[in-house]
Amino acid sequence: MRSIANWALDTAKVRGATYADVRLMDIRQRDLSTKNGRVGTCSEAETLGIGVRVIANGAWGFASTDRLTREGISACAAQAVAIARASALARSKAVELAPERAYVDSWVGPCRKDPFHIPVERQLALLLEADAEMRKVAGVTLTETSMTFRRIEQFFASSIGSAIHQVKMLSGAGIVATSFSGNDIQKRSYPNSFGGQHALAGYELVESLDLVGHARRAGEESVALHKAAQCPEGSRTIILESGQLGLQIHESIGHPIELDRVLGMEANFAGMSFLTLDKLRALRYGSEIVNVVADARLAHGPGLGTFGYDDEGVPAQCTPIIKDGLFTGYLSDRETARTIGLERSGGTSRTESWNRLPIIRMTNVSLLPGTWRPEDLIADTDDGIWMETNRSWSIDDRRYHFQFSTEIAWEIKGGKKTRMIKNPSYSGITTEFWNSCDAICSREYWTLWGTPNCGKGQPQQVMGTGHGAAPARFRNVKVGVAFAG
Amino acid sequence: MKKGPGAHQAREPATHRVAPAAAAEHLPAPGELVRIADRVLKLSDADETEVTIDAAADALTRFANNAIHQNVAERYLTVSVRTVFDGRTARATTNKTDEDSLKQVVAVSAALAREQPKDPSLLPVPGPQKYPKVRRFFPRTAASSPDERARVVKRIAQIAVKRGQTAAGVFSTGAFQSVITNSRGLFAAHRQTRAEFSITMMERDSSGWAKANSADVASLSPHELAENASWRALATRAPREIPPGRFTVVLEPAAVLDLLGFLFYDFAGTAVLDKRSCLNERMGKRIFGENISLWDDVSHPLQSGAPFDGEGLPRRKVLLVDRGTPRNLVYARATARKMRAKPTGHGMALPNEWGEAPMNLVWSGGTTSLQDMIASTEYGVLVTRLWYIREVDPYEKILTGMTRDGTFLIDGGKVGGGIRNFRFNQSLIEMLANVETLGPAVRAAGEESFEMVVPPMKVRDFHFTEVTRF
Repeated sequence: MRSIANWALDTAKVRGATYADVRLMDIRQRDLSTKNGRVGTCSEAETLGIGVRVIANGAWGFASTDRLTREGISACAAQAVAIARASALARSKAVELAPERAYVDSWVGPCRKDPFHIPVERQLALLLEADAEMRKVAGVTLTETSMTFRRIEQFFASSIGSAIHQVKMLSGAGIVATSFSGNDIQKRSYPNSFGGQHALAGYELVESLDLVGHARRAGEESVALHKAAQCPEGSRTIILESGQLGLQIHESIGHPIELDRVLGMEANFAGMSFLTLDKLRALRYGSEIVNVVADARLAHGPGLGTFGYDDEGVPAQCTPIIKDGLFTGYLSDRETARTIGLERSGGTSRTESWNRLPIIRMTNVSLLPGTWRPEDLIADTDDGIWMETNRSWSIDDRRYHFQFSTEIAWEIKGGKKTRMIKNPSYSGITTEFWNSCDAICSREYWTLWGTPNCGKGQPQQVMGTGHGAAPARFRNVKVGVAFAG
Repeated sequence: MKKGPGAHQAREPATHRVAPAAAAEHLPAPGELVRIADRVLKLSDADETEVTIDAAADALTRFANNAIHQNVAERYLTVSVRTVFDGRTARATTNKTDEDSLKQVVAVSAALAREQPKDPSLLPVPGPQKYPKVRRFFPRTAASSPDERARVVKRIAQIAVKRGQTAAGVFSTGAFQSVITNSRGLFAAHRQTRAEFSITMMERDSSGWAKANSADVASLSPHELAENASWRALATRAPREIPPGRFTVVLEPAAVLDLLGFLFYDFAGTAVLDKRSCLNERMGKRIFGENISLWDDVSHPLQSGAPFDGEGLPRRKVLLVDRGTPRNLVYARATARKMRAKPTGHGMALPNEWGEAPMNLVWSGGTTSLQDMIASTEYGVLVTRLWYIREVDPYEKILTGMTRDGTFLIDGGKVGGGIRNFRFNQSLIEMLANVETLGPAVRAAGEESFEMVVPPMKVRDFHFTEVTRF
C-alpha cells in the first residue's frame, strides 16, 4: 500500500501540488436479510481503490480510481492537480490548513469474532429463527431481519509525511415486525430502527443483541398498537428512550455543529446552521445538566464514529460541544479550523470510501449520562409520555425546527406507565427543547447507538455515526403534531 | 443507494496526456465490458450464472460563498455475479478484473449460494430479450472538462457578487454504461451521459433555488437557473410570518416531485403482497382526482436510465393510475408469478426482498400555466421546493417536511412577497384528490426523489402545521 500511495504523492508534487494526501481503501461487505421466513438479500461485495486530494494554485482538487497500476495512479494524481487548477479559476482566497504533525502509525479497531469467518449458513439461521419467532404472533403481516458487516482496511499518506494504516470492522443487526390491519400499518423494531444496532465490533455484537429473545415482543407490540390510544395533542412532559434520543442528538446537535455547514459550504444541499460563529461560548444550548461531547476515541466506546485517525491524518480526539448547557465547540477539519482561528483540527474529516472526498462528519456525538434510574424518572413524572424507537424524523435547513415520531409510546400518569399510545409525535425548536431537559439517566442506562445511514455532501456520501444517550426527560414539549387537524 | 466503486484493470490507458477529467476518456470501451462478462460466464460451473457490469466516470464541481470549494472526479467498474445451484442463489461483487479476482468473485458467489436454503420461488434466468431503443449518450457531455465547469461557476459567482448575493451549488457531468448477460444467452447493454446544475442564491434573510438535470449538458442553462434562483432570493426578502393552517398552494414541479416520489414503491407488487403499500385494498378504487394519471415509461423523451431491469427484462410501459384510479402495479418475474400477473420488467437485481419498483414515472400534465395558477388564486402560497420530507403514516401516506428557498404569499391573484417557511403534515392521498389544476409536465429534479416527469399543481387545503422563526 505504501508504494502505491507514494506513486500518487510523487506525481502530485511533480505536477505542482503544494499539498497532497491519499486514501487507499480496501472494503469488504456482507449483507444478509430475511423477509417472511425466506432469505432476501445474500451478497458480498469488495472494492479497492484510491482517492487523491491536492492543493494546487491555492485550490482543492480530488480524483479517484480503481486502476491501481502505476500509470493508473499517476494519471489519477495528475487529474487531481488539473482539477485543482480548474478550481483556482473560480477561487476566493487560497486554501489554508491548520497545522498538524505527521504520524506514522497503525491502528486496529476492536473485533473479537470476525463475522466473515462465521459461516453464512449460521448467520442466516439466526435471522430465520428470529423471523419465525415474530411470525408466531397472530396479526403480524410482515417480518424482516438483517445483518450487515463491513471491513475497512485503509492506508493514509500525505505530503507532510504521514503514513497511517487502520483496520475497522463494523457490524449491525436488527429485526422489524409490521402489522397491517384495517387502515393502519404499525411496526416495531428491535433493538432500534435503521437496521438495528451498529458498532465498531465483530460478530460478538450480533450475539449480544439476542434477536431471537426479543422477537416475540416486537411482534406483539406491533399488533397491540392497533388498539392503542392515539397520541394526545398539546404540551406535555416527554421522556425519550435512549435510541430515539440518539437520533434527536444526531439531528439537532450533531448536524448544526458541523463547521462546514456553519461556514456555508453545504448551503446548496443540506443547508446552513443556526449556530453562527457569534454563538460559540455564548449560546445557552441546553439546560445546565446537558453535556455533549464529540469523541472519536476508543475510550468513549466502540461506536460508528470511533477510529484512530480521521481521514486527513488527524488523531481521534474528544471535543466538548456543550458544557453545562453552554455551546463550546464545533466539528472541524484542518481547513475549517484554520478559517475560524482554531489551533488545530478537531479530527472529524471522514470519507465513505476511496472514491469520495473526506468532509466533516460526526464522530460519536453523545449526551453524557446523568444520575437517574428510569424507574425513578417515571415515578417522578406526574403526567407525561415515554416515547421509544424512531419512526420519522424531519428538521429544517438550519437545524432549528424539528418534528419526530416514534413507533410506540406509553402514557405516564401519577408516576406510573399506563396505557400504550400509537402514532406518537413531537416537535420543537432545538435550543428550547434542550433547555427543557431536566433529568438524564445514569451510565448504567447509557448506550452508544450507531446510526449507519447519515447522508451528506455532493456527491452524497453515507456515513455511520455514533450517539451515546441514556433516557432523558423534557418539559413542555408539543406532542401529537403530526396527526393534528 | 451506495455506489459500488470500480475495478482493477490490466490495461494502462494514457489518460493523463489528454483532458484528464473528461468522462469519455475514463469509460472503458463497451467491448471491454463484454470481454469481462464472457470471461466470468466461462469461469462459472453453476447451474446458471448472471453477470452485471457497471462502469462510470463522473465529475462534480461544487461551489459555496461564490467560489469553488470542492472539485472531484471518480471512475469505477464493478463486476457483479449471481450463481444458481439447485434452486439456491447468491451474489458477489468486486471491482477487480484480473483473472484471479474474477475467479474469486465467482467462487464467493458460489460458496454463498450453496449455503442458502432452496428458494421455491426462484425462476430460471430469462433468455434473450428485445429492448426499446433509447438514445441517452451525448459525446459533448462525456467530454466536459473541469475548466469548462469552473468558467461557468465563475460567471455565476460574478452575477451573485454584483447583486450582493451568495451563490452555492453544483455542476456535474459524467457517463456510465452497464451490461447484463447470463448463461441462457440474454444480453443487454446501455450507455448514458448525465449532467446536472443546482444553485442556491442567498441574501441576509432570504434564498432562492433552482435545479435541472439531463443526459445532455447542452440542454442545461446554468445562467437561466442562476437568474431564477437570484430572483427568488430577491423577491422573498424580509419574509413575513403567516400563521399556519390549510392553504391553497401552487407547487412548482420540484416540490411536486419530492412529494410524489414517496409513492413510487407503493406501486410494487411486492409492497402490496407484504401489505405495506398505501394501495392495499385501494386498487381499482378512485382515490385521487380524475385529473391524476400516472405511467411508468422508460422511453418517454424526458426520462433517463436503462431500458431493462435488474434481471435483464425490458422495462414495459405501465399505466399505474388511470384518471384517479390506481389500476396496475409493476412486477418482477417472481412477483408476477405469485400474483398471477405478467412481468413488467421492473425487477431489482436478485436476490432481494423488495421485488420491483417503477423508476421512470411520468405524471399527467395539464395546460394551465404557473402564472394562470397564481392569477386564479385569491389567497395562497407559492412553493418553490420542499425539504427533509419523511413518511409519518404509511397507509394514509402522511408526509412531513419543510418549505425552503422561495416561499411566497399569493394574494389577490398576485405573488405578494416572501413568507417564512412552513412545516407541513399532509396526506398524499388527500392531496392528490384536491388538485384543482395542473400545468404541463416537465422533467423535474429535486433532492428527496429520483427525477420524474411531473407538472406544477395547484392544490387546495394543503396542511401547513407550523411556521419557522426565520
